[in-house]
Amino acid sequence: MSKSVLRGLRAAALTGTLVLGLHQALAAENPIKLGVLEDQSGDFAAATIGKVHAIQLAADEINKAGGIMGRPLELVAYDTQSDNTRYQEFMRRVLQRDKVDVVFAGFSSASREAYRPIVDQFNGFAFYNNQYEGGVCDGHMIVTGAVPEQQFSTLIPYMMEKYGKNVYTLAADYNFGQISAEWVRKIVKENGGKMAGEEFIPLGVSQFSQSIQNIQKAKPDFVVTLLVGTAQASYYEQAASANVNLPMASSVNVGQGYEHKRFKPPSLKDMYVTTNYIEEIDSPKSKEFYAKFKAKFPSEPYVNQEAENSYLAVYLYKQMVERAKSTKREEIRKVIAMGDVCMDAPEGKVCIDPKSQHMSHTIYLAKVGADHSISFPKVWEDIKPYWLGEAGCDLTKKDPMAQYTPSNPPPKP
Amino acid sequence: MDIATHVFSALYQFGDAFAFLVLSACGLAVIFGMMGVINLAHGEFIMCGAYVTAATVHAGLPLPLGILAGTIVSALVGVVVELAVIRHLYDRPLDTIVATWGLSLIATQGTLIMVGSTMAGVGTPFGSFQVGDYSYSIYRIVLFCAALGVLAALYALFNWTRFGVLARATIQVPHMAAALGVDTRLIYSLTFACGAGLAGLAGGLYAPTMTLVPTMGATFIMEAFVTVVIGGADVFLGTAPAGGVLAVVKSVMTSWQGQLFGQIGLLVAVIIVVRVLPKGISGFVLRERT
Repeated sequence: MSKSVLRGLRAAALTGTLVLGLHQALAAENPIKLGVLEDQSGDFAAATIGKVHAIQLAADEINKAGGIMGRPLELVAYDTQSDNTRYQEFMRRVLQRDKVDVVFAGFSSASREAYRPIVDQFNGFAFYNNQYEGGVCDGHMIVTGAVPEQQFSTLIPYMMEKYGKNVYTLAADYNFGQISAEWVRKIVKENGGKMAGEEFIPLGVSQFSQSIQNIQKAKPDFVVTLLVGTAQASYYEQAASANVNLPMASSVNVGQGYEHKRFKPPSLKDMYVTTNYIEEIDSPKSKEFYAKFKAKFPSEPYVNQEAENSYLAVYLYKQMVERAKSTKREEIRKVIAMGDVCMDAPEGKVCIDPKSQHMSHTIYLAKVGADHSISFPKVWEDIKPYWLGEAGCDLTKKDPMAQYTPSNPPPKP
Repeated sequence: MDIATHVFSALYQFGDAFAFLVLSACGLAVIFGMMGVINLAHGEFIMCGAYVTAATVHAGLPLPLGILAGTIVSALVGVVVELAVIRHLYDRPLDTIVATWGLSLIATQGTLIMVGSTMAGVGTPFGSFQVGDYSYSIYRIVLFCAALGVLAALYALFNWTRFGVLARATIQVPHMAAALGVDTRLIYSLTFACGAGLAGLAGGLYAPTMTLVPTMGATFIMEAFVTVVIGGADVFLGTAPAGGVLAVVKSVMTSWQGQLFGQIGLLVAVIIVVRVLPKGISGFVLRERT
C-alpha cells in the first residue's frame, strides 16, 4: 500500500473529530468569528502548532481588552492534518456552515493553492500567515508572511559575496520548492553567479546519501536548502555525518522548523536564514512577545516566524475592522487601499502593501553557530514586498485571483 | 576521478539503500511471512523503537544500549498488541489490516499528544571518512553491516534453534503442531514480538540519522511494503534478494536522475515484479524447487 493512500485513509478516518469551539463563555452575543485552519498533526505539525497557539494568545488578549468594536473574537479551529484535501473540506465548512468572518489558513503552498479557489468561490476572506514563494495576487487573500524578494534578494547576494558564486539548490518538490528555486536561479544569475546544480526532493523522503554525493560532485560554494516537512529535515544530520561541511542558506529552516533546537550540534553549523522573526531576536518588543507566549504556553518548544506572523495578523485584522467599522471584505479593502495599515509587531514595524496585499518586514539574517547558537550578522529594515506591484499586480484596480512567478508574470495592460 | 572512487561510491550507495530497505522490511516480512498478518502499524513500531532509543540516550545510556532498549520495548509492545488485538483476528486477515491501521492512528496521535510534536535528536556517531573527492558517513557502513547481521541472525534463529523449528512447524500446519504438543499461541506471540522487535531495531538504528517526529514511521512504510511485496512470504528467499534488487534500482535511478526517479523506479519495479511473479521472488524460487 502506498504512503499517500495510507495517509488519505488515515485522514479520512479522522475527519470531523476535532471541532474546538473556543471561548464559549464569551461567545454569548454576536461574536466576530475567526476560522483557524492549521496543521495540528501530520508532517508539518512541528512548525505549525505554534501558529494556532499564537492566534489563541492574540485572541485572548483582544477579548480581555474588550474585543473588536465591543464584539468578542471567537475562534473556530479545525486540525487540517497536513493534508490538502482536509483544507478544502474545512474551508467549505467554515465559510458555508460556520459562516466565519475571516479565515487564517495554511502552511504549505500546496495547501494554500488547494483552498484558495474555494475562498474565491464563496467570496471569503483569508489570511495566509506564512512565508512562501510569492506571487499570489488575489483580493480575497492577505499574506503576512515574507516572500522571495524579501528573503532571497537579501540572502543570496550576501552568501555569494561571502562564500562564492557557485550555488547548489536542494528543494522540496512541489510548488513552493520549484518556484523558490526559480527565484534563486534568477537572483544568482543577476549577481553574476552560476548554478552548480539543483535537485528536487519529493515530500516525505528522509534518506539523502545519494543527494549528498551529488552535491559533493558538483562542488558548490554553498547550498540553498529549501527542504520542507520533518522527514526532509533529516538531511542536515546526514549531511553533517558525511562531513559535507558547506555553508547553507535557507528561507524556511530555523525560522519555521527550529532545526537548530531539534538536532544535535554541529549539524546546522554555518546555516544562514533570512527570517522576519525567531525567538532569539533581542529587542524589547520581541522579548515581550516571547515572554507572553511562554507564560500562556510554557511547554511550547519554539516561537517561530509563523507564530509571530499569525499573532500580528490578528491585531492587523482588529485594526482594519475597527477602521472600516465593518467585517465586510470590501469595506476592509478600502482601508487597505489607503496604504497606512501598519503596526508595531514583535519584529518591528510592518505595513500592508495595498497593491499586492502582502506585508513589509524587518528581515533578520540569522546565522547558526557550531554550538547551534544564533547570531544576527545583518538586519534589513522595512523590506517591501515589491515584486508583485512592480510586475503589474494592482489589487486596488483589478483582482485577477491568480498566482504569478518570474517566468509567468502578470499580463501587461 | 579514478574508477575505484566511482566503484566505491556506487557500492556505498547500494549498501545504503539495501540497509534501509532490508531493515525497514524485516519486521514486516517476519509478521507477514510467518503469520500472514499484514501489519499496518509497522511504521509505528519503528517510531516506538526510535523514540525509546532517543529517550534512553538522552537519559545517559550509550547508543548501542539505547538501540537494544528500543528493540526490547518494541518487542514487548508487540506482545501486548498480539495478546490484546491480533490474537483474536487470526482467522480474519482483512480485519487485522483495519485493526493494525487503527492502532497506527492511535499510536501516531497519542505520541503527538503525549510527547509533543518533535523530540530532540541524538546525533550520528563515528564521523566520516574520505574516498577520492567524496566524504562518507561511517555510521552508514554500520547500518549496512547491521542489515547483514539481522539477516544472518534471523536465518540462524529460524533454522538452527528449537524455537525456529517449532515456529516453522506451527506456521506450516498449525493443527499438527498443536497435536504434537507445541503451544502454538505462544509461538504466534513470540513471532509477532520478534517482528515488532525488528521494527524497533530499525527505528533505533535510524534514530540518530533522522528527525524524530510522531509521523516518522510513515517514511519507512513505502520501502517496507515494496520490499515485502516483491520478496513474497519468505524472509530469506524473499526479503534479502528483494532488498538487493530494489537497492540497485533505487541507487542507480537516484544517482542518474535524483530522488524522484529513485521512487518512481521502486514503484515501477514493483509493478513489473508483481505482474511477472505474482507470489514474489520467494514464491518463484520455491516453485522452481518443487
